[in-house]
Amino acid sequence: MQNGSSSVLNQFRQGDAAAFETLFRQHQRAVFGWILRIVRNPASAEELTIETFWRIHRAHARFDPAQGFEGWARRIATYAALDWLRARRAENEVGVDAVAELAAPLESDPAVTAEIRLKTAEAFGHLPPKLRIAATLAVVEGQPQKDVAAALGISVAAVKLRVFRALRLLRKDLEKQGITP
Amino acid sequence: MNAHDEERLKNLLRQALPPMEDDAGPGRDLWPAMLRRLDEDSAASGQVWAWFDGALLAGLVGLVAFFPAAIPVLLYCL
Repeated sequence: MQNGSSSVLNQFRQGDAAAFETLFRQHQRAVFGWILRIVRNPASAEELTIETFWRIHRAHARFDPAQGFEGWARRIATYAALDWLRARRAENEVGVDAVAELAAPLESDPAVTAEIRLKTAEAFGHLPPKLRIAATLAVVEGQPQKDVAAALGISVAAVKLRVFRALRLLRKDLEKQGITP
Repeated sequence: MNAHDEERLKNLLRQALPPMEDDAGPGRDLWPAMLRRLDEDSAASGQVWAWFDGALLAGLVGLVAFFPAAIPVLLYCL
């Protein structure tokens, strides 16, 4: 099995279309799930999954089979999602609608009203994309910081710093709206 | 911001944005859409090459027209 997957990775590196299809089918669900955690919108996550694999296809010659496919694909997916967040931010569409739709947890703290949750989600949507991704993955999704660091291509210390800056900006924004977190 | 504030903000954030489902998958098979994207890409790159070929040919014709003495050199290169 190991030899089989290694052979597929080598064939993909050489530009083999069947190997690419095999990898697509094996990893599309994981890539979609990772992107969904970042963009929180299934339709956009599907588009970005295709964008990610298109980038993967174009970069096949730079792929190092020894490093494994999953981590490489995850990093490309993270940057595709980051580009998408930046584009949305540039268009003044920060994805608040999608965020707000999801701002209703099943087990919510009764002390936190729906209005506060909505305002928090909106304020979070205004954060710079780089900070937002780090905070989404590390805090909201509870992903291990080393995985977040690997996906973003930065150190664990840099992830911690980005999360801290995200929380500080979030607090400032909420305080402006009269909410003391 | 102290550690207590940080933890409170994290909790608020988790309340506002519940984590996505672990086993979430796409609602459809994405391979057909992937194939379409690859086809569009190869068609677009084909157009670029056609344009490039045309420009190269025009350049050669211009060179021969203005510098007929270059013809033997070109023939030698071929």
